[in-house]
Amino acid sequence: MTPRPGKARTLKHGRPDREPGLKRANFGHGPGLPTLLLLPQFLILVFFFFIPSLRALMQSVLLSDPFGNNVHFVWFDNFTALFANGEYRQSIVTTLWFTVAQNVITLAVAVVLAFATDRVVRARSVYRTVILLPYAIAPAIAGILWAFLFNPVVGPLAHMLHALGIGWDPNRNPSDALRLVIMAASWKHICYNYIFLAVGLLAVPASLMEAAAVDGAGPIRRFFLIALPMLGPTVFFLAVMNFIYGFFETFAIIDAVTHGGPAGATNILVYKVYVDGFVNLDLGSSAAQSVLLMTFALICTLLQFRYFDHKVNYGV
Amino acid sequence: MVERAPVLDTICHAILIAGALLVCVPLYFAFVAGSLTIAEVQKVPLPWLPGDQFVANLQAAWVKADFGRTFLNSILVAVGIAAGKIAVSLLSAFAITYFRFRYRMLAFWLIFMSLMLPIEVRIVPTFEAVANAALPLQWLADALHVSGLWKWISGHDVAIALEWNMVNTYPGLILPLIASATATFLFRQFFLTVPDELCEAARLDGASPLRFFWSILLPLSVSNIVALAIILFLFGWNQYLWPLLFTTDKDMATAVIALKNLIPRSDNEPAWNIAMSGALLTMLPPTLVILLLQRWFLKGLIDSSK
Repeated sequence: MTPRPGKARTLKHGRPDREPGLKRANFGHGPGLPTLLLLPQFLILVFFFFIPSLRALMQSVLLSDPFGNNVHFVWFDNFTALFANGEYRQSIVTTLWFTVAQNVITLAVAVVLAFATDRVVRARSVYRTVILLPYAIAPAIAGILWAFLFNPVVGPLAHMLHALGIGWDPNRNPSDALRLVIMAASWKHICYNYIFLAVGLLAVPASLMEAAAVDGAGPIRRFFLIALPMLGPTVFFLAVMNFIYGFFETFAIIDAVTHGGPAGATNILVYKVYVDGFVNLDLGSSAAQSVLLMTFALICTLLQFRYFDHKVNYGV
Repeated sequence: MVERAPVLDTICHAILIAGALLVCVPLYFAFVAGSLTIAEVQKVPLPWLPGDQFVANLQAAWVKADFGRTFLNSILVAVGIAAGKIAVSLLSAFAITYFRFRYRMLAFWLIFMSLMLPIEVRIVPTFEAVANAALPLQWLADALHVSGLWKWISGHDVAIALEWNMVNTYPGLILPLIASATATFLFRQFFLTVPDELCEAARLDGASPLRFFWSILLPLSVSNIVALAIILFLFGWNQYLWPLLFTTDKDMATAVIALKNLIPRSDNEPAWNIAMSGALLTMLPPTLVILLLQRWFLKGLIDSSK
């Protein structure tokens, strides 16, 4: 077999002739210089990443009183206690509902907008620039903007709802509060999904679309039968990113707008980690929750790599 | 475009205009509310046209949220995160792609492990680590049961003797946010596409590794660096949870955190006009960055997520 470009050449017995991710033209040096180069990154990672993560792992199997005088090793009691706790189960349900709704809305709107952008010729870059803007806006600010629009006393959109006879009040009505944060979170994140889809559509081969057009497929049919399946990995990537965004970055929206209320209606998991750790000082439980969230984040990362690693071109 | 479909094209324009409105309506209402007096902002319904208090409200928000100080903090934190992360990432990516050494794969996997675990999930232990950066030494002391001995010898508690408090400092705000390896992977990916001949030529000319890094690799990476710097600046400017924990000292608050304190908490004193002015001010720097550097920004966004 002749070596193909983009693949590591293999020796006769089938082993790669070099380590993955190492340049063929390398400096082969002893350990001194590379260690020095890696040192800054590793110091930061050790102190602010590995130690905190390990500590969370350790703390999740310990039980300590608030003053830290009495520490017991309790195996998985913190975890079983969590799942026995109705509040935590409620928080899981809230988070899933919030994240799934946000994901669906964000992707659906972004797909429609990306399709439209791909069709139009005039003013395309103007549309793209405007729709891109929320990326610049902090999640907390997005939350504040929507909290104002839907503020039951002064908000203009809340007034429209009231005029229609809808008794909107996110400060008192739990499901209204959840809807409000879903709207704010989706608004902030549509631009991210949109850009990836719009760029992805540009890469769909024109010859494929033309062939389908010759066969009599209309633009919408072509989009759903050819372009969107070709964007499959991108959509998958975005769905994973949306879950990560929904699980973690929306903390700011919750904290700035609803504080997890009313009646725990917007108390998503990452907010609960914060409240249990910093307000209630229940470190064992907070750490157990951290560990569960970390596991989730790692699964997302691995899923992403499974889908994307084979597409990355390591060709040297 | 393959065929003419004027109706569909009109619909597409309508969809895009709706999308643009979806983005602009909240911003427009923020502008309207930010230009009214506090009496007008409480009027039902809210006026559709802006009032004349825009500048006055901006000034009020600027003073009330101490934006002079908090903007400076935000800029320092955002630039610090961008510069710090890019610097350490360039060095480590250079090390794992251009050097063959014994623990290369171990180093690679350790960096890989830190990819994309957001700070939010390890917030309590990270806070403890930053509040007391010498904690590992203390563990060692505890594990070896020398704490009691030390106390007996010196009369001091080990915990207090070792404490190195980073709360309310810029390194404390910046370093934990640098601690993830996304940028390292971006640069690694890029370095792998750099032609081998460049390195070979440099070596033939007798260039040292650092010389090659500085004179050849770095200039080649400029566009990646700029693109990533924009993304990281926005990331740093928009941080929330971590700065929130550090605002025990008001002088260390960032702009987003200061803005949070402008939101009316009760309906008795609904100073939404000031809050909205503040929101517009706080989103101005990142918006300008995107508008002015859009081309680079898009490149960075697409690259850094692969």
